[in-house]
Amino acid sequence: MSGATPMSPSSVTAPRKPSGPTAFINARLVDPETNRDEPGGLFVKDGVIADLGASLRRNAPEGATVVDCKGRMLCPGLVDAQVFTGEPGYEHRETLKTASHSAAAGGVTTMIVMPDTDPVIDQVSLVDFIQRRARDNAIVHIHTMAAVTKGLKGEEMTEIGLLKRAGAVAFSNGKTSVANTRVMKNALLYGRDFGALIVHHTEDPYLAGSGAMNSGEVATRLGLPGISKVAEIIMIERDVRLVEMTGGRYHAATISCPESLAIIRQAKARGLAVTCGVSINHLTLNENDIGSYRTFLKVRPPLRKEDDRAAMVNAVANGEIDTIVSSHDPQDADVKRRPFAEAADGAAGLETLLAAALRLYHSGDVALPTLLRPLTVNPAKLFGLPGGRLQKGAPADLILVDLDEPWVVNKDLLRSRSKNSPFDEAKMQGRVLRTLVDGETVFEYAPGR
Amino acid sequence: MAISAQKQTKSFSHRHLLSTEKLTVPEIDFLLDLADKNADSPPQAEKKRQVLRGRTHINLFFESSTRTQASFELAAKRLGADVMNMNVATSSVSKGETLVDTAITLNAMRPDIIVVRHHSAGAVELLSQKVDCSVINAGDGAHQHPTQALLDALTIRRAKGRISGLTVAICGDILHSRVARSNVDVLNTMGARVRLIAPSTLLPAKPERLGVEVFTDMWKGIEGADVVMMLRLQRERMESSYVPSVREYFHFFGLDHEKLARAKPDALVMHPGPMNRGVEIASTIADDPRSVIREQVEMGVAVRMAVLEALAMNLPKPETIKS
Repeated sequence: MSGATPMSPSSVTAPRKPSGPTAFINARLVDPETNRDEPGGLFVKDGVIADLGASLRRNAPEGATVVDCKGRMLCPGLVDAQVFTGEPGYEHRETLKTASHSAAAGGVTTMIVMPDTDPVIDQVSLVDFIQRRARDNAIVHIHTMAAVTKGLKGEEMTEIGLLKRAGAVAFSNGKTSVANTRVMKNALLYGRDFGALIVHHTEDPYLAGSGAMNSGEVATRLGLPGISKVAEIIMIERDVRLVEMTGGRYHAATISCPESLAIIRQAKARGLAVTCGVSINHLTLNENDIGSYRTFLKVRPPLRKEDDRAAMVNAVANGEIDTIVSSHDPQDADVKRRPFAEAADGAAGLETLLAAALRLYHSGDVALPTLLRPLTVNPAKLFGLPGGRLQKGAPADLILVDLDEPWVVNKDLLRSRSKNSPFDEAKMQGRVLRTLVDGETVFEYAPGR
Repeated sequence: MAISAQKQTKSFSHRHLLSTEKLTVPEIDFLLDLADKNADSPPQAEKKRQVLRGRTHINLFFESSTRTQASFELAAKRLGADVMNMNVATSSVSKGETLVDTAITLNAMRPDIIVVRHHSAGAVELLSQKVDCSVINAGDGAHQHPTQALLDALTIRRAKGRISGLTVAICGDILHSRVARSNVDVLNTMGARVRLIAPSTLLPAKPERLGVEVFTDMWKGIEGADVVMMLRLQRERMESSYVPSVREYFHFFGLDHEKLARAKPDALVMHPGPMNRGVEIASTIADDPRSVIREQVEMGVAVRMAVLEALAMNLPKPETIKS
């Protein structure tokens, strides 16, 4: 709307003291947007990428601080499109500040936080609150989604126009689906007038019932109530019909099975503004990992069968997954150290996002730029953000990565305030050595930590 | 006055006024010319009282109304009719009588004109099929409100001297609006360019098929308009998730000075009432010199007199008229 010109989401990062020009030489430059993968150098000045290319491999501009990358990968910092924190309301689980430190250590330079807080982010003043808290306390870029229905109750839509103007990058019903089809239709229809993106958790709540894990043999053996993937498929099928009816913009937040993917694929082929994401958990874990009732692997949607996981990996390799998210969801021991069915859903994941994703690269399943695309430039474009690219003039949100460095996850060393990592004690290959936000180093790997 | 009207080449030969959809340019001109004269003659004029002398006029309002009912009552009384207001809340309707039975019962009392408002689209037409008298639709659901569109047309014609060629922007809850539908008919027939402005959730399906331009951005829709017609937003629409809040609605679809500045400098501001100040229209604009909202009410009586006169010409002659 012309009188309601959507502002490009303002960068909300804590002010840092400006650093001088820095030249990164002898790097392996990987830019997922342009498929660049070549030895070269990159010059950062005034917080943006001033220059890059093969010619800068050994030549640093005069007066610049020189960083020798020793052939390691320099690529855009990750854009994580689904992060839950506990601020406001559950600060004992995670604050924007602690989440941002966890993000920086994991190579995430931009994160989009979800509206599932207390109070719910469903008003302009709360969007403003998140932006101010992020500006004052966080060390990476933080943007917020706003609730699509008031109080996430799924009954009345929020002030989508005013919230978007205030800087909400998308609208979501958080961890729940909008069960009322008419409300969802109206949100898509009304949101269309403002170009609003609706990001939806897709699970029919009535069919999912009180299920605790994927329905199937493992649930049967464990004696746990199951959640059929049909609950997800039905919701996505419904939503796609509504998108077709309304012309709205829609993103299925985290799909988990090939049937869902098939619906998205057909919707895209019909020219609908439909995209989908998948969580890192569903690319690297399956229901068998739950083992003997490990509640850190209790997530929504539930971990599926190995076939489903393999299909999701294949979809990433084919470029059919638009975003890979950590779905970072810090939960404390009080709500996790319980019988499986009674334990909270959610897994911490910011700090392990890149390392876990690199498993797909090391296994040979997914090429490097293909893997990085849904982690960087795709979400940046989808949510209208400037980062995620190695490009002259782009913000110097960068990570330097040793793709091969082996390490073992120790949940007690993670920076998140909550330690519910499903990857505790897992072997990883690939580590973030340095993270830059707007040209400023916000994380540097110190061996021993 | 009625006699002089009959001499004109224009005429109105219908028994009922149920819809504006099929009204022709000569018919509308005829009604507006008649109404124009009513508007200019003093309400105390005695000779008018012969037009409906001895005629029985029933106001049957199934939905509450202040201005429309009062306006019809005044119009009928100025023409000398015996007016009966049926209070639906305390009548047999509230005891479960069907609409058709109510019609048959009223018909047995041999009225000459029944004015009906009903919450269901098509109800007035159904009733008209069951009675022997003339029926005027005073609003049926989200379907039609012919006299409102005619009084709006008269207001525009008197202020602008014409209707043809004007750009009229109708803004607000189009989905639920009978005023919008009737106005689109009359304005299109009279050669105006009609625009509809609303959030997509308050637009009916395929609105462009009505022969209008559709805008979901009010700043664009109001650009260069000669007339800005605001519609009432009922608060229930908020609870049903058509729009999120009064604050947001007013911001994007309320008529304020900033948006009105995009219309022509001499644009008319109209509203069928009752107004929600601060919801669809800023208070200061409602009271602005460009606002003709009070004139609309005044024209309401004149137009309804004209409609009653026109229908009376086609009523069977009463056998005796007591003086």
